[in-house]
Amino acid sequence: MSLGLFLVQALNGLQFGVLLFLVAAGLTLVFGVMDCINLAHGVQYMLGAYCGASLAALAGSFWAGLALALPATLACGLVLEWLVFRHLYERDHLSQVLATFGVILFLNQAVKAIWGTAPLQMAAPEALSGGITLLPGLQYPVYRLAILAAGLATAGLLWLLVERTRIGALVRAGASNAPMVAALGVDIRRLFMLVFGFGAMLAGFAGVMAAPILSVEPGMGDGVLILAFVVIVIGGIGSVRGAFIAALLVGLVETLGRSLMPDLLRLVMAASPARQAGAAIGSMLVYAVMALVLAVKPRGLFPVRA
Amino acid sequence: MIPGLIRRAWLPLLVLGLLAAAPFIGFGAGHALTLLARAMIMALAAVSLWLLVGGAGLVSLGHAAMLGIGAYAVVALDAARITEAAVVVPVAMLAAAGFALLTGAVAIRTSGVHFIMITLAFGQMAFFTAGSLTIYGGDDGYTLYGRSLVAGQRWAEDRLGFHYLCLGLLVAALLGGRVLLASRFGRVLRAARENPERVRALGFSLYPYRLAAYAIAGALAGLAGVLLANAAEFVAPSFLAWQRSGDLLFMVILGGLGSLHGALLGAIAFVLLEEGLSHLTEHWRLIFGPLLVLSVLHLRGGLAGVPGQMAGLLRRAGRPPHA
Repeated sequence: MSLGLFLVQALNGLQFGVLLFLVAAGLTLVFGVMDCINLAHGVQYMLGAYCGASLAALAGSFWAGLALALPATLACGLVLEWLVFRHLYERDHLSQVLATFGVILFLNQAVKAIWGTAPLQMAAPEALSGGITLLPGLQYPVYRLAILAAGLATAGLLWLLVERTRIGALVRAGASNAPMVAALGVDIRRLFMLVFGFGAMLAGFAGVMAAPILSVEPGMGDGVLILAFVVIVIGGIGSVRGAFIAALLVGLVETLGRSLMPDLLRLVMAASPARQAGAAIGSMLVYAVMALVLAVKPRGLFPVRA
Repeated sequence: MIPGLIRRAWLPLLVLGLLAAAPFIGFGAGHALTLLARAMIMALAAVSLWLLVGGAGLVSLGHAAMLGIGAYAVVALDAARITEAAVVVPVAMLAAAGFALLTGAVAIRTSGVHFIMITLAFGQMAFFTAGSLTIYGGDDGYTLYGRSLVAGQRWAEDRLGFHYLCLGLLVAALLGGRVLLASRFGRVLRAARENPERVRALGFSLYPYRLAAYAIAGALAGLAGVLLANAAEFVAPSFLAWQRSGDLLFMVILGGLGSLHGALLGAIAFVLLEEGLSHLTEHWRLIFGPLLVLSVLHLRGGLAGVPGQMAGLLRRAGRPPHA
């Protein structure tokens, strides 16, 4: 493996990591503030991608698609909160898992019914097409760098919002002790709704950003959802900082593991079994990392609740 | 004792009786028997998951992996031309129990949400491993050469024979589960579900009890996996997908966590509902998903709680006002 290829894979890993962070941020806030498991969060990511792709095709521009998809996913999140989640906050985790599983079944099928099962395509914006030269003879797509930059910028804004504003202070207080915040006179229901809608929009944003580089298809949210859960469990539930670090870690481990493992194993094995075993170990690696973290720190790297 | 049993458990007894009589009351056709066999196998898997969720209070979202490991044990032995059930069944159950022991050793150290997530993660690990087994067809799955032999006989090939084999194992699992839950071991598990601190204060270490329960449930799910592989004569990684774990969990909750036979009722209702709706429309999940949400929100005691609720309603209706 050459240095250039390693560099490309590392950048791909970081870029996947920031996408994961955008999904995981909403998940960890909903989880931390409301103590509610939302399996349907991955579906928001899928909806973002679908809305972005079809609205961009309608409006004829990526930016219009992005601008329209954000309020659409926000509205979708608020409707879901009103219809389903509001009734689940007081229930046990088992009920939350199942009810949100039902939401996934419904929305995955609804997407199939509306857009069909064939993958959708979305073009990257004109201004960000093409590549730049990283090393002599090595091009990297500008759009992927733009995703990385947009993800990091969103992470920075989110950090400011959570750490430096009044609403962020309420969210942090809610994550560490929601009943106390309610007792102090804060309308905790409205705060929940706000956090939920905002989380849904972040996931939708990640979906739109990912649409030009991935295939937009039903069920695309499920894989991301499970990795996002791995992220928040490693990072510590409710911690945005933990989610950020864990998301970059998971993105890197996932991408580098899948691409480097077969080559690493080829040093000690024949080519064909190395390719098979490498692919298997590569896709298992993040789960092994998670098991390792939980075995050492059962509450994650940055636990919020005392 | 017998009248008491009938009064308390008439619904599951009725369901088991109907399953026993099914081939002779108009459900003897190939398709109906295939469907019923699937329902009974799912019920067996749901019973094993009930032991964890309802018995020990451990909500696992990776139970399909145990089922899949049982099924892949059949595949591995089939590829080596070993199809005798006396070999296949113990190997599959031991493989599933071994996986449960290994992953449970880490998972049971956590609790609550973390347990749900870590079982999900281990389930995904098993799923990706199954998909990468190119010698067994990878993502496309593996078609068996034939069903398992029972004592050298092609007994499982016979639809009726297989029907009663599944029913017999299901009844045995229900009875065995009851005995297990009533034993000292089961009482410790149930007590720990209600109040772990008090059980610890009584001097019990919960870890070995929960780990043993996890392994037992794994072995039972492995058995269901053997039957599932035999019923379909085909095994694919999709058997281990996390959605299948969600389905199993739904069966358990739909049936109700109040008693073990809830798993039986939930699984049968689930499979029949799935079949009925899929005949209705291609997009049956559009109906199934909201039904799931509604049943979680409103059917709190599950199906097993319905007779009790109805009896309560009748009693209230029969009582004169202001009495």
